[in-house]
Amino acid sequence: MSHIKIKLHENQLQFIKDTCKEFNYEPGELINILHKLQDKFGYLPSEVQEVVANELKIPTAKVFGVVTFYSYFTMVPKGKYPINICLGTACYVRGAEKILDEFKKQLNIKVGESTPDSKFSLNCLRCVGACGLAPVVMIGEKTYGRVAPDDVKKILSEYQND
Amino acid sequence: MGTYKYHILVCGGTGCKSSQSTQIVQNLNEEIKANNLENFVKVVTTGCFGFCERGPIVKVLPDNSFYNYVKPEDATEIINEHIIKGRRVERLLFRDPVTNKPVTDSKHINFYQKQLRIVLRNCGVIDPENIEEYIARDGYLALYKCLNELTPTEVIDIIKRSGLRGRGGAGFPTGVKWEIAAASPGPEKYVVCNADEGDPGAFMDRSVLEGDPHSVLEAMAICGYAIGASHGLIYIRAEYPMAIKRLKIAIKQAEEYGLLGKNIFGTDFSFDIELRYGAGAFVCGEETALIHSMEGNRGEPTVKPPYPAVSGYKGKPTNVNNVETFANISPIIIKGPEWFASIGTEKSKGTKVFALAGKINNVGLIEVPMGITLREIIYEIGGGIKNDKKFKAIQTGGPSGGCLTEKHLDTPIEYETLVAAGSMMGSGGMIVMDEDDCMVSVAKFYLDFTVEESCGKCAPCRIGNKRLSEILDKITKGNGTMEDIELLKNLCMVIKDTALCGLGQTSPNPVQSTLENFWDEYVEHIVDKKCRANKCKDLIHYYIDPENCTGCMACARKCPVNAIAGERKQVHVINQDLCTKCGTCLETCKFNAVYII
Repeated sequence: MSHIKIKLHENQLQFIKDTCKEFNYEPGELINILHKLQDKFGYLPSEVQEVVANELKIPTAKVFGVVTFYSYFTMVPKGKYPINICLGTACYVRGAEKILDEFKKQLNIKVGESTPDSKFSLNCLRCVGACGLAPVVMIGEKTYGRVAPDDVKKILSEYQND
Repeated sequence: MGTYKYHILVCGGTGCKSSQSTQIVQNLNEEIKANNLENFVKVVTTGCFGFCERGPIVKVLPDNSFYNYVKPEDATEIINEHIIKGRRVERLLFRDPVTNKPVTDSKHINFYQKQLRIVLRNCGVIDPENIEEYIARDGYLALYKCLNELTPTEVIDIIKRSGLRGRGGAGFPTGVKWEIAAASPGPEKYVVCNADEGDPGAFMDRSVLEGDPHSVLEAMAICGYAIGASHGLIYIRAEYPMAIKRLKIAIKQAEEYGLLGKNIFGTDFSFDIELRYGAGAFVCGEETALIHSMEGNRGEPTVKPPYPAVSGYKGKPTNVNNVETFANISPIIIKGPEWFASIGTEKSKGTKVFALAGKINNVGLIEVPMGITLREIIYEIGGGIKNDKKFKAIQTGGPSGGCLTEKHLDTPIEYETLVAAGSMMGSGGMIVMDEDDCMVSVAKFYLDFTVEESCGKCAPCRIGNKRLSEILDKITKGNGTMEDIELLKNLCMVIKDTALCGLGQTSPNPVQSTLENFWDEYVEHIVDKKCRANKCKDLIHYYIDPENCTGCMACARKCPVNAIAGERKQVHVINQDLCTKCGTCLETCKFNAVYII
């Protein structure tokens, strides 16, 4: 599974158990449970998945299968400021690839990676539905529209002092 | 709309919210308070106006003034000038792109003139978080009529006679679907709304859910009555937080008003609705995959039959319809099937919502009668191609669709004609491309999407699409052969014939339609090793024109790999072995000295 090994704190363990209980240990609610846990922890490491599997009395492989199937779930922690570049068609034809290249260059990381200080992580997504603003970049909850390659440095500098 | 003299409508759709429309509302309210105008003017946050290109949009009623590109700091002027002094703020008014004159009434804006809004009837008009505004516009009247005046069979008959077909893409007759579900035996049935809008470049379902959530809830209840179901589920993408929020509010309000829940309108019909979240899987738009995902499993499709109408969620009869399909139901019940059937063409009735995006002047959400031509959409509603470039293609139907060209511009848009032209209706994404887009790269873009989103269950889709993508990659790198084209053609046919679900069966469409319509471009990539759009990095080279180069060193300084040699006031030269073709020099040069071959 994941290369990251973590140890869950007692209160984290309790949160997972409470969440499973809240959904009546219903295996059909697995996706809803995982949503809630990812909201809380930021990601779903294998240790979390094992506890969920135990609680719901289903194989860990089934939980792992669901986590890896859906792109919304992640097994690696994201940066403090997750950067998402929209690569939907509208953004693509308006030059989103160049924006992505510029972020890769500026941060010196690849897609799916985080900067060594865990400040930024870089990912792509498919269409946030703001096609009128293409190309679109999201950093956390904030949306940047009509981004040009030259803007990238300026955008990143907004987060410099954090 | 109460006793207010003015209503200021501010777009609260995702596009406009991204450009600070929330701040605009706040500033307007502060100005209103500062001027003691609380009883005189009301600010309403509405759903999407559709004209996203011009966002954020603010509209003032009753005079229909349409302000575009509004900034939060403009609030003071809108209140001081328009509301207090009764003078329009001319600099913010929409200007006609041809005459450059301000348009005073939004009814005269070209973008809206050719549109016919049935699905989007309330978007940009009502406050989606207030059920009373929906009710004031005949909301829940259709449900009342069904429960009190019509039998379930009559409801199904009305939908059948209207000719409404599924708006999710395939176009299956909605009434027939309901009829099958109604005929399936059993006391426990489900109504599912497919709100897993995954096509890149399509955002109509989101706009309906954000702008008019009750229209979907009401239609689901009507469907429940027609097929004999008392539970509804909305499967919605987790990536749509605002739509989720507004749906939750709408469900709660409908329950409080007794319009959902037990004994609706005092009848013995009960119906409840709950939300289920997707987690980012395109294939879950396929109805069997969607049902597996709702059950907490991997969203892998299964072979039909059995159809969900017979055995769906939890093995019970389930009717799955798309958001836009549901949004058509109430108007059909109220205005009658004949009215609906009079709109559109012989086989495709009613309207269709399209998300118009790409290299077009008026990006946005439009609703047009079926049978309209692409030319009308692109040049009249869309305002033509951006920067006066030459139109090359329009991609419809998302990753399952194809690219249409100049020769299709006058074809009326219907389910059948689009399929005949090698594309499909799909959910309604329309991406306009110009001469700067390389069609081989576009085909590869879609294939990469399919490869990433393939669930991996069946070999034709899992392996076949990967091979298609690899061959296209080879061609865009200049290593393709003419035999590769034959291979592409054969593989496309095999995948279409053998893939398990709709995703795989339609995934070769972008390749086939570009091969059909842009054969020359494929040949150029393979034989001449050229990309006419200058998009394929391996096929282009940057050069400096000695005539124009002034030796300013700007490009040499900016070049990230130091591939440009040259002294001050001397002609610079690009070292082709080092050049990574990033294009920085082209953007930097002020003297047009850098060119591409």
